[in-house]
Amino acid sequence: MNSDGKKIVAYGGILVLALAAPWMMTAYRTQLAFLWVMVLFALTWDLVGGQMGYASFGNIVFFGVGMYSTAVIQRNLHYGLEEYAHVAGRVESLSAAEYLTGLSLGMTVGAVAAVVIAAILGVCILAMGMRGPYFGICTLGLGVAAGELASGWEYVGAGSGLVTPVFPEGLGERAIFFYYIFFFLTIVTFFTLRRLYSGRFGLAINAIRDDEDKAEAMGIRTTRYKITAWCVSAFFLSLTGGAAGHLIGFIDPTEVAFAGPTFGVWMILMAILGGKGTLWGPVIGAVIFHVTQEVFWTYLFGWQRVALGAFIVAIVVFFPQGLMGWAQERWPERFGHRVEGTALAQTAGGEGA
Amino acid sequence: MDNLQILFVAPVFSLQLLIDGILIGAVFALAAYGMALVWGVMKIINFAQGEFVILGGFLLYALKEAGLHPFLGVPVATAALFVIGWVIYRIAVVRVVEKDLFISILATFGIAILLQQLMNQIFGADVQTVESGLGTWFLLDGQVTVLQIKVVSFFIAMVLGVILALFLKMTRLGQAIRATAQHFRAAQILGVDTDRVYAITFALNAAICGAAGALVSMIWVIQPFMGLAYTIRSFMIVIVAGLGNVIGVALAGLGLGAAENFAGFILGAEFQAAFIFSLLVVILLWRNFRLSLKRQYLE
Repeated sequence: MNSDGKKIVAYGGILVLALAAPWMMTAYRTQLAFLWVMVLFALTWDLVGGQMGYASFGNIVFFGVGMYSTAVIQRNLHYGLEEYAHVAGRVESLSAAEYLTGLSLGMTVGAVAAVVIAAILGVCILAMGMRGPYFGICTLGLGVAAGELASGWEYVGAGSGLVTPVFPEGLGERAIFFYYIFFFLTIVTFFTLRRLYSGRFGLAINAIRDDEDKAEAMGIRTTRYKITAWCVSAFFLSLTGGAAGHLIGFIDPTEVAFAGPTFGVWMILMAILGGKGTLWGPVIGAVIFHVTQEVFWTYLFGWQRVALGAFIVAIVVFFPQGLMGWAQERWPERFGHRVEGTALAQTAGGEGA
Repeated sequence: MDNLQILFVAPVFSLQLLIDGILIGAVFALAAYGMALVWGVMKIINFAQGEFVILGGFLLYALKEAGLHPFLGVPVATAALFVIGWVIYRIAVVRVVEKDLFISILATFGIAILLQQLMNQIFGADVQTVESGLGTWFLLDGQVTVLQIKVVSFFIAMVLGVILALFLKMTRLGQAIRATAQHFRAAQILGVDTDRVYAITFALNAAICGAAGALVSMIWVIQPFMGLAYTIRSFMIVIVAGLGNVIGVALAGLGLGAAENFAGFILGAEFQAAFIFSLLVVILLWRNFRLSLKRQYLE
């Protein structure tokens, strides 16, 4: 079988497995839906943090923006502000059509808002040439500040958060519905990124990662590429956030929407665990991380967050190159790298003779 | 914003805020000094800084519960944090100290999360404070009140800072630390055991943070998840003052304390954290703007 055939079989296998998963493990539907949220986190982070080398600690901003926009649009579309705030969202439930209209409209608006915010931030931060740890810490500040501002802003429910509209069908149906939404979103994101990485865009952002000054000297419009990459990342992350808010059912400003110390750090770790700067790395990392996390929740209840913290330290300290990085070192020829070791050995042998 | 008018109507209230802010700022400056030390010597930005502070506070709280006088507890907490810092260096930080800054930030951030969760598990998620047993001074016919513990902690923080500066200046070990900061390779060639210097630097930083945290627990409140704000404060102070500028760190710390106190009063306490993190973004943008004028970048 040629390599294309193998690829089709592999993709087909993953597709069938993913479509069937919620029916095989009915008890874990919500967790399975979250698996795709995690994959989306890692993929969108890796676009900027891995492929472009701009390690952001604050991508969670776009997640929160998407989440809040979607919920607020839905609230304003179908309920009065006063009425909604009064009963914390538990007014009579929406019909399926109303729910879907609100959801899709909200997610669209959220995505547009996130892209606009990303562009503005890009002009303020990226275009000004902020780099390295300063960029990371600046975005961290943005993420936490956004959470703190949201928890002081009455219009979006302040510290007590927002309850998203009740899903028209039962809870099991809600998990299935969002499972397929997230799965679809993951496929779209994955193939968009694959397309982007395989072309000029991918080469340009990789050049920025390797040496930005040289890339600029070569005539690459680095600022334009940086802001575009940041906006693409924001777009998909915002869509994820919009749907994730409805899956969780409750938006807490600092624990869910702008959860820097949890989701915000996890997305980096998942990309690192799988191997940052690779297409499959974030996907694999996210799956392993999410499964580990669920195992901790099941078997180490009470200490699960401590165990997770130890796991995080262990990943960064002992395994910073990630699974894909490790595999590339182990079998470089499979990844299309020229194997320099053999060339060296041959020259050494030639000299010896 | 209504509170802004109060400041104009009763100017003496500004004095109250200023005094409180400056007294608290000394503690921020102490933690920032530790961060500058680790940053300068080991070239890593320690994101577990705030967690060391909070851990110091909780140790003092535990010692107080065990019946020790809080002022005797401060040196004990400091010494304990020295040991904890040493152990953390030996287990984790030693492996990332040579790696790039991103990995070391992420690793120390991971340590921070681990410490948060451990404290949450051991001490609980409640807000705690340690009663120092000192009274209050009333100035200007009682219009301005000053908690004595704040003044005491101000002086303890300042004295610790001076002792540390003298230690770095005068002692053989301090010279080794400064030599490593100047040039890692050259120091190694001249026979400095840089690994030991790193371990001591990191442990010293933890100890300073422990002392700062013990003071914070007496003048303010502590809670397992409050650490990040202290890390960010330290980082801002170091950015504004520059590495290796002790006086600058002290002044920036005092200034930040005062600014934060005013912002907390004018904007409302719920926006105080938002203020700190927004200020961080503003300071970084400002620094970036200044650098772009000079047309040079720092790695």
